[in-house]
Amino acid sequence: MHQPGEVDLVNCAKSFGETLAVDGINLKIPAGTYCCLLGPSGCGKTTILRMIAGHETPTSGEVRIDGENVVGLPPGRRGTAMMFQDYALFPHLTCVDNVAFNLKASGVPKPKRREQAHEMLARVQMAAFADRVPAQLSGGQKQRIALARALITNPRVLLLDEPLSALDEFLRLQMRGELRRMQRDLGITFVHVTHTQPEAIALADLVVVMDHGHIEQAASAQDVYTKPLTAYVARFMGGQNVLAGRVSAVFNGVVVLDLPERGRVEFAAIDPVPRTGATVHISVRRDRIHLAKQTVGERVNALSGRVRAIEYQGAWVKVTLEGAGGEDFVVNLPDSEFFADPVNFGDAVRAHWSAGDVHPLSGGAGRTDRPYASGQN
Amino acid sequence: MATHTTEGRPWTFYALAGIFTLFVMFLYGPMACVYILSFQGPNGGLTFPLNGVSTHWFGALFRQERTGDIAGAFSRSVPLAIIVLTLTVILSLAAGLAFRRRFLGAGLIFYVAIASLIVPGLVLSVGIGLAFQMLGIPPRWYSSALGAHLSWTLPFGLLIMFAIFSRLSRSYEEAARDLGASTWQSLCYVVIPIVLPGIIGVALFGFTLSYDEFPRSWLTVGPNNTLPLEIWAMTTNITSPALYALGTVTTVISFVVIAVALTSIAMIQSHRSRQRLARERAMRAGS
Repeated sequence: MHQPGEVDLVNCAKSFGETLAVDGINLKIPAGTYCCLLGPSGCGKTTILRMIAGHETPTSGEVRIDGENVVGLPPGRRGTAMMFQDYALFPHLTCVDNVAFNLKASGVPKPKRREQAHEMLARVQMAAFADRVPAQLSGGQKQRIALARALITNPRVLLLDEPLSALDEFLRLQMRGELRRMQRDLGITFVHVTHTQPEAIALADLVVVMDHGHIEQAASAQDVYTKPLTAYVARFMGGQNVLAGRVSAVFNGVVVLDLPERGRVEFAAIDPVPRTGATVHISVRRDRIHLAKQTVGERVNALSGRVRAIEYQGAWVKVTLEGAGGEDFVVNLPDSEFFADPVNFGDAVRAHWSAGDVHPLSGGAGRTDRPYASGQN
Repeated sequence: MATHTTEGRPWTFYALAGIFTLFVMFLYGPMACVYILSFQGPNGGLTFPLNGVSTHWFGALFRQERTGDIAGAFSRSVPLAIIVLTLTVILSLAAGLAFRRRFLGAGLIFYVAIASLIVPGLVLSVGIGLAFQMLGIPPRWYSSALGAHLSWTLPFGLLIMFAIFSRLSRSYEEAARDLGASTWQSLCYVVIPIVLPGIIGVALFGFTLSYDEFPRSWLTVGPNNTLPLEIWAMTTNITSPALYALGTVTTVISFVVIAVALTSIAMIQSHRSRQRLARERAMRAGS
């Protein structure tokens, strides 16, 4: 019934006056994919969405949907439908007339379009609200109406601009599940813009991490989270500690990295093998690190510091170490491990991990070095 | 820090309330005098006290030839006000839409349009009168006076439209376009219905500003007066309470126009909500 569409951006750029919002990106979103465009505000993700929708014209490059360049086509003729961040429900129309709007514009007679709109409302569990106006709805209800209004156009690609940001936490989680279920049922392509990392990895088949108009990494949620390409992605996705050091030796397939004032890291050589003296960024997952109370011991793949903060998170405990001159180092300990031998504020401890948990960041620092963390080595 | 614990109002409340009372009295007192005196008895004069109460002077208004051509002036003022209203609504709506996008010279055009608010009406009237004379076109209420009135109502209409459109989220139009509406459909089905209350406001402004306009009409109406000019002429040559009766009648007309506009809005709204209630009830009964 629904035909999924493939979205292909080719050297797509957009500038507003002097500001370059999107800098010649290439991105292929396969048909039927749930894709999340993820990045901080101003990174160009909404501009990309609006260029796919046709509300913004690329300065250069092409937007292809199922192979056809749609630049210049009006938004209504692209096979896309957009859900706006503020939902943009027409305040003077009832829910059923809002949903029927597309049919009205294409000249479907009133009884028929009302009937179809009622069916669509039933699909989003809003049948009982058909005759309300948007002002009488809650945020979650508005969103369902906006979804129904977009879906009635039979889109191949549904574009969602921060659809969950206006909802409270509970509703956000509920709607997140519904969006994913809806995408699976319909089988169409969803492109969802968000600045929330957990939302992206919970929903998406394809996560596109953006920064300053560039794509830093486009990969599966698992790859983006566990194998970030750059320090920027590792920091933005969270759950990682990023360290930078100078390669002091490479032998027997092992790279030895000297961290300034912090010890040494060893890990299996990557391809291409870094040269001695080169600066290499690595990341280590917060939940793959253990703590030892004695500060003496193995200095390889270990780091000493003072406990600066302890946060209980339920299933785990977040321990923040104040490194020597570096950015904070965070260890997420399973609650059982933490409470077996708890550490306290101000304790000098040693964090250690295995060489297998070191992930070299092959893309280096990323374009903007560190958007969120403070302090630099 | 408040040191007293009583719930009393501060003295400033009473001072401001007093000023406001004086203001209201000043605003409506003189008008009330005119309305009361228009019901002067047949033998009464132009001033208090009332010498009996009658509607004699309202009758005299239409009987006496020497009161001037009230009916004729009225038959020009109302159509003129309606033409001004229509043009003001259409042009200021179009301008409001145009100014939503930035275009070259937008700022200049805006200031030029607004500047005519500052130009004294009489000067403008003299200018338009002169220009028409130079061009050899006889001034008439439907040509030169219409233009003069528009120079007054359009900047007002424009300013109101700007205020309305600045609050109108652009995403409504984008949503309409996204849902396949043409530019025209987006305007008719979405933009105009949303801004309709503002459009009615502009229409009311256009009507009343034109209907009472004196200075801009002065040298531009040609041989036949509009109502304000006719009233002015009458004040110089008649000295009977018929003048007050005329004031009362014209005020009533203004009020009727406003009341019709407001009740029609209220009726549209209550009609919509009644329909909604009826549909909801029908649906509950059906389910």
